[in-house]
Amino acid sequence: MKFNLHNTQRAPGRLATFSELGRHGNTSMETPGCLLYTRCGSAPNLSHDLLSGIEGVPLVTQIPLPTIVESSDVLEAFGQGVAAFSGRPDTVVCTCTQDPGKSTPTGFNDKKSVSVWAAGGRKKLTLEGFLDLQEVLQPDLMEALSDGDTPADSSSKRVKKSVDRTLEFLDGCLDAKQSRQELRDVEVLGVIEGSELLEERLRSARETAKRPVAGYVLDGFHEESMEERTRWSIMKAVLNEIPEDKPRFLPRVGRPDEVLRAVELGVDIFDSTFPYEATERGCALVFSYALASPLPNDAVSRHTPASASSVDDCLGDDGGTVCDFDGQGENGDLNSRTVYEMKLSDQRFVEDFTAVVEGCQCYCCVNHTRAYINHLINAKELLAGVLLMIHNFHHFFQFFQSVRKALRDGTMQRLKAEINKCR
Amino acid sequence: PSALSLEILAECSTTKARTCKLELPHQTVDTPVFMPVGTQGTMKGLTTSQLEQLNCQLILGNTYHLGMRPGPELLEKAGGLHKFMNWKRALLTDSGGFQMVSLLELAEITEEGVKFQSPYTKEEMLLTPEKSVEIQANIGADIIMQLDDVVHSLTTGPRVEEAMYRSIRWLDRCIAAQKRPREQNLFAIIQGGLDTRLRTICAKEMVKRDTPGYAIGGLSGGEEKDYFWKMVTLSTDILPREKPRYCMGVGYAVDLVVCCALGVDMYDCVFPTRTARFGSALVKTGQLHLNQKQYAKDFRPIDENCDCSTCKQHTRAYLNTIAGRESVACQLISVHNLKFQMDLMRDIRQAIIDDRYPAFIKDYMKTVYPAGDYPTWLRDSLASVNVDLNS
Ligand SMILES: [Zn+2]
Ligand SMILES: [Zn+2]
Repeated sequence: MKFNLHNTQRAPGRLATFSELGRHGNTSMETPGCLLYTRCGSAPNLSHDLLSGIEGVPLVTQIPLPTIVESSDVLEAFGQGVAAFSGRPDTVVCTCTQDPGKSTPTGFNDKKSVSVWAAGGRKKLTLEGFLDLQEVLQPDLMEALSDGDTPADSSSKRVKKSVDRTLEFLDGCLDAKQSRQELRDVEVLGVIEGSELLEERLRSARETAKRPVAGYVLDGFHEESMEERTRWSIMKAVLNEIPEDKPRFLPRVGRPDEVLRAVELGVDIFDSTFPYEATERGCALVFSYALASPLPNDAVSRHTPASASSVDDCLGDDGGTVCDFDGQGENGDLNSRTVYEMKLSDQRFVEDFTAVVEGCQCYCCVNHTRAYINHLINAKELLAGVLLMIHNFHHFFQFFQSVRKALRDGTMQRLKAEINKCR
Repeated sequence: PSALSLEILAECSTTKARTCKLELPHQTVDTPVFMPVGTQGTMKGLTTSQLEQLNCQLILGNTYHLGMRPGPELLEKAGGLHKFMNWKRALLTDSGGFQMVSLLELAEITEEGVKFQSPYTKEEMLLTPEKSVEIQANIGADIIMQLDDVVHSLTTGPRVEEAMYRSIRWLDRCIAAQKRPREQNLFAIIQGGLDTRLRTICAKEMVKRDTPGYAIGGLSGGEEKDYFWKMVTLSTDILPREKPRYCMGVGYAVDLVVCCALGVDMYDCVFPTRTARFGSALVKTGQLHLNQKQYAKDFRPIDENCDCSTCKQHTRAYLNTIAGRESVACQLISVHNLKFQMDLMRDIRQAIIDDRYPAFIKDYMKTVYPAGDYPTWLRDSLASVNVDLNS
């Protein structure tokens, strides 16, 4: 596994190639980029055939343990690992302890174990149990076991404990690379905890950096977990503390404005739960991510959300608070929709026979209309989730392509302006 | 007037089976054909491209559901259901009557039509034959069905006769109301319960009306199979050779094989896709309930001989893991189940073309009943078309 930085600009943000991944060491991904969010190894709502029809699908598949933990005996009997079990034997697998697409109940971890929530309820993972599970999953990369259960109001004692336990777990995972034959080739990602306490965050980062990890996971930096102001300053401090030559993962952050902000601070890899969550709330991503480019081979088309009002009107100081920019949401619920989405169940799309995003080349937009998807959502038909997932993944993956392009071309500021633009 | 043509490619020299090319406005359909049911303008999480890849040529939409949501006005604005759902091949819609009577407790049948209360607006509404044809015109399917007076197949007494005669009168009203006979084919539906006399009268009366095709209705409601097959074969004996025959609500493999031998060309059933939702996969010998424990460590595909994308990529164990938990499981099993139905019909057609359909039937039944313990109705129905399962 290799991580090669190749920034050409002095501007903030890192362009890199994460290479020699996977069983055969022949997979590489360009960063900034994202992992493919899956449940049990399948992308939400999508068969592998439908998934493979999407442009730019990430080559590294993320498998959250809660979605597979109950099948550990089945995987043991199977013996060929979770990639083959889920029908995509050639994909590169990265496991993570919690499901980034679901919120995890708080208050269940203890000194010896971390709780995860599977379909059948709570599962306690001790270090040994966690490592046994990894042996049967046979991932290429694994997030080390971590205790990240430190919601915003946690005491400093609890936060300290979480850092200590997480470091202990990390040592256990690294030791297992020596003691367990099956885990020898698995790359271990160190998880940085510390909640909102700067000194704990720095301790966690420093200690993790001392260990032979393959990369760093910045846990607990998503929106609900921290106050907006401290979040970015602590993230910056942590990123300054860890060495540059390894990839930095930022789970559960996917809103385009936040992605750009994190990229500028030096984050490399995100997950793709944002498009999944948008799909779950019946929304399509509609933000514009493409800069009008003079280059003729610029395949990315220009996307324009169909809102009449400007996003800027409802953005807070930090650009991108949760709000309803349509104003009229006839269904009454503002839900947790972000300004980058269009709620297709809304009454105003009933007779809208245009594509979700005009010019989008995804299967959904090429073949179907807003009116049809509106009908599917209202009729509670499965195809709604299928088509939205296709579009949202496509949109999100293309967005990362344009982030990399902006870094290459030195046009990050213009991209930032673009994603918050509505006409 | 008719918007279809039927070219008979081959007829079995032993049974009444035949294979045809049925040319419809949007698609030439190979018969015998199984039509999957896409109730609300979509098929259980499958995209229209997936349906095409599965070789589905003709699918069914439900007028009752589509008439409620998104509604005929919207469908007309969209340019019909074909455009609305982006399905380029053939469509058939039912009349809406059957769904109403079976789904709504408050439905009441009068000479005028079916009276019912909208489950959405609670408004009292009336579905007349004219209204049904009008809604179906807005939906724009290649084949539309007359409104019929459906009684449950277990009903006996004067109600059956009343419903049969009323269905004939309603057919006349549908024919008179039809405005697009050159784009849409109106099919008559033969009623008459399990009564030979009534079925015969109905079939003959409807043949006189010379509609583009004929359906055999009011069956597959849990009646004795002994009566079921007799009603089917009686109907196909009366129906003209040059028109398509459609047996409504039939979709189990054994029934399909038998009804093809009795001369039926078209079938529909919600079963293959509905059962997928509950984790059931179709195989020749019946169904695999993939959410059962016995499949948890079964690393074989659903069917080793199936070349659907699900069988090529997934094991029973994986499907067991995700069934009922991840929505993609329903999609994966639906793909297999539809492929199963499509392959069965393809094999039936080929056997008829090769004039070896009787042998095909015997092989098939041997697989389903390896001990040779064939039910009586099966022996009898096949014997009626000169196939002796014991020879
Ligand atoms: Zn799209
Ligand atoms: Zn299959």
